[in-house]
Amino acid sequence: MAETALLPARWPALPAQFPARPYRVAASESRHAVALVAPAVGLMLVLLFGPTAAALVISCTDWEFGAAAVRFVGLANFRALAADPVFWKALGNTLTYVVVVVPACVAGGLVLALLIESRQRFRAFYRTAHFLPVMSTLVAMAVVWQTLLHPTIGLLNQVLHVIGLDGRNWLREEGTALFALALIGIWQNLGYATVLFMAGLKSIPRDLYHAADIDGADSALDRLRTVTLPLLGPVTMFVLVMMAVRAFQLFETVHVLTKGGPNKASEVLLHLIYVESFEFLRTGRGAALTVIYLAIVVGITMLQTRLVERRVHYA
Amino acid sequence: MAAIELRHIVKRCGNADILRDVSLGVEAGEFLTIVGPSGCGKSTLLKIIAGLEEQTSGEVLIDALPADHLRPKARDIAMVFQSYALYPHLTVFDNLALPLRMRWLTPVQRAPAIGRFFGSAARQRVAQAVRETAEFLEIGHLLDRKPGQLSGGQRQRVALGRALVRRPKAFLMDEPLSNLDAQLRVSMRHELAALHRRLGATFVYVTHDQSEAMTMSDRVAVMMEGGLLQVDTPQAVYDRPSHRKVAEFIGSPAINLFRAHVEHGRLRADGILLPSHWDIPDDEAVTVGIRPQGLTLKADAPSGWRGEVAHLENMGADLFVHVRTRLCDTALVVRMSPHHREGLKLGETVTVARLGSAPMLVFDRHGQRIDPRREILSEVVNG
Repeated sequence: MAETALLPARWPALPAQFPARPYRVAASESRHAVALVAPAVGLMLVLLFGPTAAALVISCTDWEFGAAAVRFVGLANFRALAADPVFWKALGNTLTYVVVVVPACVAGGLVLALLIESRQRFRAFYRTAHFLPVMSTLVAMAVVWQTLLHPTIGLLNQVLHVIGLDGRNWLREEGTALFALALIGIWQNLGYATVLFMAGLKSIPRDLYHAADIDGADSALDRLRTVTLPLLGPVTMFVLVMMAVRAFQLFETVHVLTKGGPNKASEVLLHLIYVESFEFLRTGRGAALTVIYLAIVVGITMLQTRLVERRVHYA
Repeated sequence: MAAIELRHIVKRCGNADILRDVSLGVEAGEFLTIVGPSGCGKSTLLKIIAGLEEQTSGEVLIDALPADHLRPKARDIAMVFQSYALYPHLTVFDNLALPLRMRWLTPVQRAPAIGRFFGSAARQRVAQAVRETAEFLEIGHLLDRKPGQLSGGQRQRVALGRALVRRPKAFLMDEPLSNLDAQLRVSMRHELAALHRRLGATFVYVTHDQSEAMTMSDRVAVMMEGGLLQVDTPQAVYDRPSHRKVAEFIGSPAINLFRAHVEHGRLRADGILLPSHWDIPDDEAVTVGIRPQGLTLKADAPSGWRGEVAHLENMGADLFVHVRTRLCDTALVVRMSPHHREGLKLGETVTVARLGSAPMLVFDRHGQRIDPRREILSEVVNG
């Protein structure tokens, strides 16, 4: 045959040492393994476990940033926090913010993704447009929001005025400050959820929709219930966890727009940690707050993962 | 049971013609296989019958009634997909029950949470039908599992069950055996044929595997490049292919094709005059096709093509000898009994000759088969 002529008549001989050395797990091999794993383990120790352990240790001291003397105080910092209404206010505000922002982003992201995917035209444009807030610098955008929500010159109040409603000082009133921040949070995270859902929608096999059509599940709602939502299970779980973690990280807008005010109405955990540690320089107390914050985030994430995973179907 | 008729179906995607003027009638209760290489448009045709895709022009009739305006659900046709397309989050029971629930239960009865308080009679009918179908396909013990926990063959049965459970007018199957291993594929071939006999339903089966087409169907429709080349019984498609491409596609190993030209009504190929007379004008270039069983090896035949043995395929019952000659670019394949020529070696020089009475297919320049009645005299040559 023509193709056989292209092959060499005989295979070239193997290098001499190749078959001679028997394969054996040598001591050098485990040394190599250790050497290969070491950089990753080292970085994790320095960047993750080290700081966490440091926070744990500092949270049991009365260290104030810059102070020479440090005293071990046990759980005194935690006891003080438990008696502090500001801490409870911050914790409640954080949870309220999460409970408002996460469902809004997940539901809104899913609806947006379905709407965008249902049409061929302008798909890339919509995707980019909705993703822009995710990529923008939040501190700069916060100033834009401040202008929009300004009591006298803000667009929102001007529009309300035109239709005959009274505006408010959204960021300066106790009743509205946290929800104004939640609105900005939704605006910022919605695009992220949308893009993730769009990727998830793309990975659903066409055949399943065809099967649903033939089986009679061909109305929009039936298709959603039979195919789309169940197959988006893994993506939804990921979006939920991501949104929750991002919502807990609320800091920039609070710092720029409200400083936790008025009257602690928009104080949240991460901002309180900052205030305690770097404004009041009560590092021990700040570390105690950090430990609590960490425990809550890890706990909620684990709970959420376990709850949702039970209903998730990796096909 | 339903008859399906396709009239002048055209499907165009942008500038590409996926289907060009396909007309095809499937009789009620028939097993018709559409066979062709991948990308020939056969799956698209099936989706048009099912109503999953819309044709650019042409008509689909089911039971002599136009079905073009009907949604897939209303056409009452079931489809089995190559990927099985089972709902991964539902148990086998729920997979089978879904098409029935969609038809027999009202939207309120299907509603989440509150639905279970309504329509218990209808619900029981669904469960009864699911169990019967599961027993029929011997998957009764799998009803509580999810598709992810099943083997390929079991998933295949569940996919069949989902099609079967609502007793549709017709079954459409899109390469349903392609994802199975070779052994299972052969046994599922028997089962599908037996299923068709028991149900007596109309089957339209799409495959790229000519052996599936040959072994299961009442009729075979050979499709290439968006058009039907021939629709006939498997034997007729094999014996009397209408086109060179059909002859090439049907039969394993493939038919031997080589060029010849006409001299005074006789065909000459690489200097050898073939022993038959045809009513074809002189100097016409034709292609001759002879199946592997129509050739034999001769030690010293004067009217044969000399060549070198390039490859030996011993199948146990048959020995396929590939002989490289000057006749064509590919090797000629000769079917022999393995005991007939023991000791045949690669590289050996042999002579290939046509068996005296072997059928010979002659195709014109355009690939159309020349009517065999134009063969006016065939000499019987023994030697």
